Amino acid sequence: MRRVLEGSHAVSHAVELARVKVISAYPITPQTHIVERLAELVADGVLDARFIRVESEHSAMAAVIGAASAGARSFTASSSHGLALMHEMLHWAAGARLPIVMAEVNRAMGPGWNIWADQTDSLSQRDTGWMQLYCEDVQEVLDTILIAYKLAERVSLPAMVVLDAFFLSHTYEPVEVPDQDEVDAFLPAWEPTEILDPSDPRAFNQLASPEYYMEFRYKIQQAMEEALRAHDEIDAEFGQRFGRSYGAVRRIPCREGERAPLALVTTGSVTGTARVAQATLREKGTDVDVVKLKLFRPFPHEEVRRVLGPYERVVVLDRNISFGSGGIFAGEIRAALAGLDRRPRVYPFVAGLGGRDITPQTIESIVARALGDEPPADILWEGLKL
Amino acid sequence: MPIELPVHERMYSGHLACPGCGAAIAMRFLLKGLGEKAILSIPACCWSIIGGPFPYTALQVPVLHTAFETGGAVASGIRAALDARGDTETQVVTWAGDGGTFDIGLQSLSGAAERNENILYVCYDNEAYMNTGVQSSGATPTGAWTTTTPTGSPKPTRKKDIMQIMAAHRIPYAATASIAYPEDMVRKVQKAVSLKGTKFLHVYAPCPTGWKVPSEISVKLARLAVQTRIFPLYEVEDGVRYTINLEPVGYLVDEYYRTQGRFKHLTREDLDRIQAQVDENWERLKALARIG
Repeated sequence: MRRVLEGSHAVSHAVELARVKVISAYPITPQTHIVERLAELVADGVLDARFIRVESEHSAMAAVIGAASAGARSFTASSSHGLALMHEMLHWAAGARLPIVMAEVNRAMGPGWNIWADQTDSLSQRDTGWMQLYCEDVQEVLDTILIAYKLAERVSLPAMVVLDAFFLSHTYEPVEVPDQDEVDAFLPAWEPTEILDPSDPRAFNQLASPEYYMEFRYKIQQAMEEALRAHDEIDAEFGQRFGRSYGAVRRIPCREGERAPLALVTTGSVTGTARVAQATLREKGTDVDVVKLKLFRPFPHEEVRRVLGPYERVVVLDRNISFGSGGIFAGEIRAALAGLDRRPRVYPFVAGLGGRDITPQTIESIVARALGDEPPADILWEGLKL
Repeated sequence: MPIELPVHERMYSGHLACPGCGAAIAMRFLLKGLGEKAILSIPACCWSIIGGPFPYTALQVPVLHTAFETGGAVASGIRAALDARGDTETQVVTWAGDGGTFDIGLQSLSGAAERNENILYVCYDNEAYMNTGVQSSGATPTGAWTTTTPTGSPKPTRKKDIMQIMAAHRIPYAATASIAYPEDMVRKVQKAVSLKGTKFLHVYAPCPTGWKVPSEISVKLARLAVQTRIFPLYEVEDGVRYTINLEPVGYLVDEYYRTQGRFKHLTREDLDRIQAQVDENWERLKALARIG
């Protein structure tokens, strides 16, 4: 059924379609619309689930860890400072191999207080063992929640579905909402075998000495590697069933069958803006291919090399920063390309921090700089007011 | 009125507690009081070690080890998952130390109590962070030596009154218990699990290692704590109805304090001040019991 949905509500309805059993959350702008709608769906009996209104994000993650350990498909949502407060428990969820799915609304970290879009919050959680999937539009948000559950339960790792503050969380778009029957066929009930069960008592997450710890970590890495393959399979199956698939890395060529001299790598809702800029630039005589990166963890090294390797120049647009290094996606992409004999020149642009608009004009300016005589640098700033 | 203790044992031999560990004795009595179906969540505490390292376990019930400050929240999540699949019979129990309860886990516990989650939260209190090497906690009593309150400046402030804090949440049941009174403790566990909502047990569990006492006097010290009125046995129903379960003899605090290495630096004046605090607390408790 086609409906006009706010990005946040697309998350809520996907959670409903996934027949989630336990939800726990704490309010933070701009995540609140997600959990408010879920609280309504549970209260109205539309969604047969338990809603635990905890006193902090740390407890929200702890509560869904308890719920998933007892075998319930579980969900939470957070953003920015809330996600940062969860940090310890993010490690715990991944280490315990629990397929929890979280919607994470990208918002800047303070100080100063800033509620607007910025990816540094989720990217700071890079090493926690969570899968991270970035979304371009509201339809992709809804679909990715469903894909994320299937993927998480396949490889026994938690997954974070990431959407930009306001640009996605508070934006209404027409969305194809799949039928419950079709979703049930794609995503059957989760039936874990190793859960808290008085008839089969086991200890979970106990002391792991140096004798054992390293192998547990190795298995998490193995699961991440398996997740790369599993994501492609599940994404393809989703495409067959629902007519939409996204890929871990998707090349959006300026001209079908041709390669432009420059690839522009984008994540999140900026990809939509880049599509507009791409059309405008083409009219003005500049061809740019857009490469949309959806999967950040596990990082699709091979695919990135395959797609970006042949380009002369690659621009990476980061709405985030790792202080003392630079744009985080750019860092990962440069690391992936480093092994190639012939490498593209990478232009690592940082723009749009703290919700500053990235307009088609911003992108045109970046492209002009990358195609001009911009010297190589470890970080390039766009739109600074100095 | 003493009751017979259940004969079943749900602890294996071979746990990793120190000799004379009050927390190990307390766990044994908890498991005697619980029914067949129970799940334990254990935030970081001595029992994270006592329970045994992977791939062993000292307990015959499922255990979810979890982070320090999550006792209230993790149990809430387990409860929700069980309820979601229609299992209302299995008891969900958090088993936490005093640091995980009085300090770092207080927020999560308060949240669970405010929501009146249907869980039993048991704090075994050994009055300091013993697992990390005897650092002072909110449960450490006035005047005690710990590694972070050395004898040159022992703990100047009072032990936090966790029972009053829990009672203020108006939960259905809160009670103190002691390893020196097993019938009383088992009865309280059984009463707790018969009630719906949040139940809280504050269990006195001496630590010979941290208190600097011989391992064979744990139970004696726990009994002295009750009989000196330092740790009275009582129950609070719905946050307001107080019942004192045992009328203490009312020994002076001296014998309790003089037996323990952690208090050996205390002067006569210090003990007099402590005696005054104990007397004041006891009078307040008696007044609350009269109202209830």
